[in-house]
Amino acid sequence: MYRYDSYDQKLVDERVAQFRDQTRRFLAGQIPEDEFRALRLRNGLYIQRFAPMLRISIPYGLLSSKQMRMLAHIARKYDKGYGHFTTRQNIQFNWPKLPEVPDILADLASVQMHAIQTSGNCIRNITSDHLAGVAKDELIDPRPYCEITRQWATFHPEFNWLPRKFKIAFSSTTTDRAATRVHDIGVHIVRNDAGELGYSIYVGGGLGRMPMIAPLIREFLPELDLLSYLEAVLRVYNRLGRRDNIHRARVKILVKEVGPAKFTEMVEAEWAKIRDGALRLQPQDLDLMRGHFTEFHYDPAAGNDTSYHQRQQSDSAFAAWSKRNLKPHRQPGYSAAFVSLKAPGIAPGDVTAEQMDALAELADLYSFGELRATHDQNLVFADVRQQDLYPLWLRLRELGLATPNIGLLTDLICCPGLDFCSLANAGSIGVAQDIFDRFEDLDYQHDIGEIKIKMSGCMNGCGHHTVGHIGILGVDKKGEEWYQVTLGGSAENDASLGDRTGPSIARADIAEAVERIVGVYLDQRSSSDESFLQTYRRIGMQPFKERIYASDSAGVTA
Amino acid sequence: MSALIRNGRIEADDFAVLADDQTFPEGRKVIISLARWQAEAVLHQAKNLIVGVHLPNTVSVDELWPILQSAPLVLLEFPAFGDGRAYSQARTLRDRYGYSGEIRAFGGAVVRDQLQAMQRCGIDAFVLRQDQDPQRCLDAFKDFSIAYQRAADRMPLVASLRRRTR
Repeated sequence: MYRYDSYDQKLVDERVAQFRDQTRRFLAGQIPEDEFRALRLRNGLYIQRFAPMLRISIPYGLLSSKQMRMLAHIARKYDKGYGHFTTRQNIQFNWPKLPEVPDILADLASVQMHAIQTSGNCIRNITSDHLAGVAKDELIDPRPYCEITRQWATFHPEFNWLPRKFKIAFSSTTTDRAATRVHDIGVHIVRNDAGELGYSIYVGGGLGRMPMIAPLIREFLPELDLLSYLEAVLRVYNRLGRRDNIHRARVKILVKEVGPAKFTEMVEAEWAKIRDGALRLQPQDLDLMRGHFTEFHYDPAAGNDTSYHQRQQSDSAFAAWSKRNLKPHRQPGYSAAFVSLKAPGIAPGDVTAEQMDALAELADLYSFGELRATHDQNLVFADVRQQDLYPLWLRLRELGLATPNIGLLTDLICCPGLDFCSLANAGSIGVAQDIFDRFEDLDYQHDIGEIKIKMSGCMNGCGHHTVGHIGILGVDKKGEEWYQVTLGGSAENDASLGDRTGPSIARADIAEAVERIVGVYLDQRSSSDESFLQTYRRIGMQPFKERIYASDSAGVTA
Repeated sequence: MSALIRNGRIEADDFAVLADDQTFPEGRKVIISLARWQAEAVLHQAKNLIVGVHLPNTVSVDELWPILQSAPLVLLEFPAFGDGRAYSQARTLRDRYGYSGEIRAFGGAVVRDQLQAMQRCGIDAFVLRQDQDPQRCLDAFKDFSIAYQRAADRMPLVASLRRRTR
């Protein structure tokens, strides 16, 4: 993984000193509250319902065991002993105290971590595929490009005061695992017909009140022109993005209002003026960056192992986990093993300090000392030898981290909701729990197959509800928590926004509604190979609507 | 009275901002609105007056460059803490057109914690917000000693440093 050199370290250390001084001046009454707010946001610090919330950056989701141990230390020393992995591959702590935050940032800097630009109206953490570098369907490892972009975006002097937050995601496969098209910029690494590497650029996606799938604004951008093109997009946005209304300030609104064609024209005009300038990448810069992400020294004999198959025969629980929580690896005899953070009774994405320490140890033992965070709020050991899978699973099971539900109904995405967030209209963690209870039976979940439920406690859409196969959005109705349901969303290459089922549904009935939706799918699917999304796209909303709002005695209250 | 930092020093402000209905004072350097500049600049320059122009943060430097290039000073506005439009104007002036006159920032966001980024974008003079302590503001230019991005200043670049140590 990328290791800081003395320059990266110096920048992060200088940032800690800067924020320490800003905090000191704020506490001494020398910085107005609203201005300190903007400054602390750029260091990941929100003031939430109960306390500050600190969001720590995990660039493109990649963590070393040493960094994970530091997160455990922070959870114990400054927080209540746990952290929460987010939908953008970051981690949040919900209970830090403002005067201690500079110390937390200093601790993070000691392991090459930071909270820079994890909130505020600036360029946020660069995210990518959690299987980068190991996925079978990958064109090229996207992480060197992510890191180049991270460095360009870090403390960019021109783009620290944008109209609104700005998120960039990279994908290099035909199955987009980074939800790139609901980002402000989605970068798809591609090869053109001549075999040259480059990018397809999508701009103007986003969730929230006005969800949009980003349109393609450039089919092929040559490899060395990445940063100049990003800079051109950002400059157009910084100049022309709306600042009169916070709800219309994202770049998606600018793209929509001027139209993708005109927007593209403006970006291209700006780019023409800078593409041959200092931002043009040098081939050696790319080579050097790729050197940070070389393959591990894999065991060439890993594929000869026979114990894995024997264990699957002898232990059905292990077999179930293997079936659900492992993904294929390029290297024979290796797998990517998913750690489910969606256990019953736990808020999705939550991990305790003890679990973090244990995960760090497992990473050292079985996965070259690295872990990844996924945008589905799980973790991955990306490089596990077949023969190590069984001991890994045994330990994960002891830790309560081996729920075999990756990709299944209870592997749902969920924001912190009303329990933690000051923006939320409604709870989401409790609803997740209801759904867990209702679909407890794993065999039933396996029969339903791949289905993505995504849930947000408010319109801001942190839980990505608009691109859930089933989306659930909390709304406030006269002080009561109600939920709007959408069907048919997707954040993958076939990205689409979900359609509303109809009137919102009462808290007590939401799990029942999900069960009815699933019931329609099971009745109507042409075979067990037809996914929920495929069935929905074939049969449309009507059958679902009829069942959800059926006026029999058990009808849901709408 | 707001303090002025120019080229890293606290200096006396030698320019007066002139309202559109005010007449030119004898022998003073002044800053006039863009509208007035468009109408009268040639006139004043013929009289060897030193006249700067105040650029609203909503206009395009690319479109206006032909009439801006002769100005000895461009005044950019940073009206609120979160309004960063003029950062792009500054970089366009300095980086794209090599503008060599004074680029001056004024407004509610010209405070300690934005100065270094403004400097990086090519701004060399700062009309500090009234509540700012000019002496303490000078510290702002030392917050960061290196940078990842080439911009309009001379801060050492990480990429160049790396090439040197390679």
